[in-house]
Amino acid sequence: MTDKHPALRDWEEGELKKALTRSPERQKQFTRPGGGEIPRLAMPAAISDEYLENIGFPGRYPFTRGVQPTMYRGRLWTMRQYAGFSTASESNRRYRYLLDQGQTGLSVAFDLPTQIGYDSDHPMSRGEVGRVGVAIDSLADMETLFEHIPLGKISTSMTINAPAMILLAMYAAVAEKQGVGPERLQGTIQNDILKEYVARGTYIFPPRPSLRLITDIFRWCAAHAPQFNTISISGYHIREAGATAAQEIAFTLANGITYVQTALDAGLELEVFARRLAFFFNASSNLLEEVAKFRAARRLWARIMRERFAAQSPAARMLRFHTQTAGSSLTAQQIDNNIVRVTIQALAAVLGGTQSLHTNSRDEALGLPTEEAVRTALRTQQIIACESGVADSVDPLAGSYYIEQLTDSLEAEARALIDRIDEAGGVVACIEDGFIQGQIEEASYRYQQEIETGERIIVGVNDYQVAEERSVPVLRVDPAQEEAQRRRLAEVRAGRDQERTARALAELESAARTEAPLMEPVLAAVRGYCTLGEICGVLRKVFGEYR
Amino acid sequence: MNIQDLLGRLHAGDPRAIGRAISLVEEQSREGAALLAGLDRERIAAALLIGMTGPPGAGKSTLTGGLVRHLRDQGQRVGIVAVDPSSPLSGGAVLGDRIRMMDHALDREVVVRSMATRGRLGGLCAAAGAAARIMAASGCTTVLLETVGVGQSEMDIVRLADLTVMVLAPGFGDEIQAMKAGILEVADLIVVNKADQPGSGKLALDLAAVFARAEDRDLRLHRTVASEDQGIDTLLARIDALVQQYRKDGTLHRKREQAFTLETLDWAQALLRPKLAALAAAGLRNADPRLAAEEIIIQLQQEPQS
Amino acid sequence: MAEQYRVLIGKPGLDGHDRGAKFIVRALRDAGFEVIYTGIRRTAEEIAAAAIQEDVAAVGLSSMSGAHLRLFPAVIEALNQAGAGDIPVLGGGIIPEEDVDILRQAGIQAIFTPGTPAATIIAAFTKACEEHHRRHR
Repeated sequence: MTDKHPALRDWEEGELKKALTRSPERQKQFTRPGGGEIPRLAMPAAISDEYLENIGFPGRYPFTRGVQPTMYRGRLWTMRQYAGFSTASESNRRYRYLLDQGQTGLSVAFDLPTQIGYDSDHPMSRGEVGRVGVAIDSLADMETLFEHIPLGKISTSMTINAPAMILLAMYAAVAEKQGVGPERLQGTIQNDILKEYVARGTYIFPPRPSLRLITDIFRWCAAHAPQFNTISISGYHIREAGATAAQEIAFTLANGITYVQTALDAGLELEVFARRLAFFFNASSNLLEEVAKFRAARRLWARIMRERFAAQSPAARMLRFHTQTAGSSLTAQQIDNNIVRVTIQALAAVLGGTQSLHTNSRDEALGLPTEEAVRTALRTQQIIACESGVADSVDPLAGSYYIEQLTDSLEAEARALIDRIDEAGGVVACIEDGFIQGQIEEASYRYQQEIETGERIIVGVNDYQVAEERSVPVLRVDPAQEEAQRRRLAEVRAGRDQERTARALAELESAARTEAPLMEPVLAAVRGYCTLGEICGVLRKVFGEYR
Repeated sequence: MNIQDLLGRLHAGDPRAIGRAISLVEEQSREGAALLAGLDRERIAAALLIGMTGPPGAGKSTLTGGLVRHLRDQGQRVGIVAVDPSSPLSGGAVLGDRIRMMDHALDREVVVRSMATRGRLGGLCAAAGAAARIMAASGCTTVLLETVGVGQSEMDIVRLADLTVMVLAPGFGDEIQAMKAGILEVADLIVVNKADQPGSGKLALDLAAVFARAEDRDLRLHRTVASEDQGIDTLLARIDALVQQYRKDGTLHRKREQAFTLETLDWAQALLRPKLAALAAAGLRNADPRLAAEEIIIQLQQEPQS
Repeated sequence: MAEQYRVLIGKPGLDGHDRGAKFIVRALRDAGFEVIYTGIRRTAEEIAAAAIQEDVAAVGLSSMSGAHLRLFPAVIEALNQAGAGDIPVLGGGIIPEEDVDILRQAGIQAIFTPGTPAATIIAAFTKACEEHHRRHR
């Protein structure tokens, strides 16, 4: 091929060669059943300028075709199932089992009191302790959670937002006791407070002090824990709340813009913190729209980072993301159908180029998933990876007229919404006056009405119903565990150095009243076994609570 | 329903009795009228009724929430009547302000009642005014009367108040332009909320222009950041000062007389309407609606008084 | 609707997933109800106090975190404590089949699980309000 386009040659000799040198692909050759080579990257016969500008090459700006040059031919996406079980010791047993099975990453789910900064003995915590995840009251629980787990070797993803700084401090303190310095810590904290106000609801403080905590985390990690992903900017919950695909992109990236701007205003170095930003999207059942959504989000973020913030390095411009299949799409009727839904959704995420994926279990519309259902969910990913063939060629749907057109429209719609938010004074103003919540609510209501009137068919719900006995086994949390957790908390409170605790909390309070960075005083407080509720209590006093 | 018993409990501050009493009045029942006759007049006369209005999204509920907190700190018992529009299509309504007031739900000294406009032609001022008096009779020393929007019916409701606060914020340029001329007719105090946001300076400047005299502007234009509790204490001080002035110069007396007339008229319309509707539907054969209306009125005047 | 029904929708407990609650709020409005929504993260006592102040004819509760067995009966208890046990309480959310009977025995008048059509929910609220009005008005 003598007439290879110079841009293609440049990419092959640049990004691709570098990637292949760093690590070879999964197989020497990828072939179709019965023979025939599968191309690494299918290309149009003639490469136009428009192609180069809007679609381009994987691993190169604007990253429409993916963030790595070889994508899943190099390494499959990370199959990361989110899980947490009532108590720290029970979760610890499960994590160690998973690690023994060869898993290298953990994903920790916390219970609601922990996520909202209440101790297990707070009146608001009653009935909620250990229910949707593990209860963490103090460093003692965190020590139990990671007992005999080498924090220098694994990566841990923690779904924690408002009190993210405290949980990160506890994680670092446990590592410290294992002799592991923060520079070796790997993982992600969700730490995305803005979407909590519009969608998920686990906020504590008002937006402005919350942004200060997030910036403090960026700063501390840049200096001490450079391998840690400091935020996972999440569209998942925005979509779950009823947003459209374009709204999911727009509101997520607008939140991202806010975090970047806040960090810049605090004097942080763009090229350093921007590469530690990660994203988290939803995969719902509208397969082709979802594929286009992931591609549009990747391209739009790259353009925003370049045009708006003048980010230079590819790493600071690329949108890396985790995906979870849409929990709200699961039905309580004919629950086995959910396996099919999850398959379509997972396929969308893979065709859209996700970096990691959680697949929901079929019984989650009824309660917490059983172990068997979780296994099927994981198998779904493995079947897509090993049997479907979609992982063998990079961005295989590129060039489809429909996919490219949809990618363009979603990008344009999202951009228009972001412009509107900018004009109205930015995300925080739009949260405070309810604009974003209103937009989501409107979309959600419209969608639900379509189901109610039968314009939109949900199989098994408003059509194709069957009479069925719905006594499916669901996982139950033993109510006695709540009492046991409160007892453990009481023991920690009784057994600690009270003077040290009081001093640490007082120092945290005075730091919070100034502009001082808060990670160090929080670290001191968790080391002294101050509880999560006590630390959040101090911050509630200084910052106030959001309603 | 024993009205004397209900009145007794209401005057003792029982939340259930207050809630029931407002419903009875809102439904324009006979018991409601008997109940209004038995309310503690002294408490009603002593209570201050503050109107809160402004376009949706300006932060009115947040500001109201802030005022409630400060009034509670002063030891006052506070009432809030929050009026939201009914859907013209279904007649239903989402009464949304409750969310901001939930933090006071367990405080027995804060009485909240959400009310829908119910698309009434007549009767809205009547219902809101009566609710405020029931709260005052139950011991509320300040009652906040909150309406959403800047339309005519909202303006009518706040005319019931001793003093009205108009809440605005940057980003509502069009609404403000539209009502600028009439703004001072209804608002005693103008608050530029979200004063920390871009555009608030220009808004304050625009508003300053509606005041003819500089001292009026200083007295009546105010800036707050309700979400951060800034400027609320000084706003309350302004309100107190203005009320003192109104007492002295007779404005308060005059406003209350006007409110009395307004509410009386509204009650009359509300009570007459069913009869008028019945007569109108009775199949008059007059050539023109105008003439038919006159005929109805004559019939009404000839009716024996009940 | 001949009479104007007022209802309150509450979210007890800590879960912040209010898509379902907000949908019901709007669906009820569109069916002609006056609806008061408490917002997320309220205690049983707060919900009961608001229901009393607003003199509603029915209370609807939503919970997605699995804590319904504790939270729903707690609202009934709080209403009883405040002398308002006559206000009917309905509930919905991710509620396993075997919990439905337990909640009914605890006094929850109707339970709605995922996929219940809005018309069914509206009919249940209408019935609860009718009965309450008949007793009180």
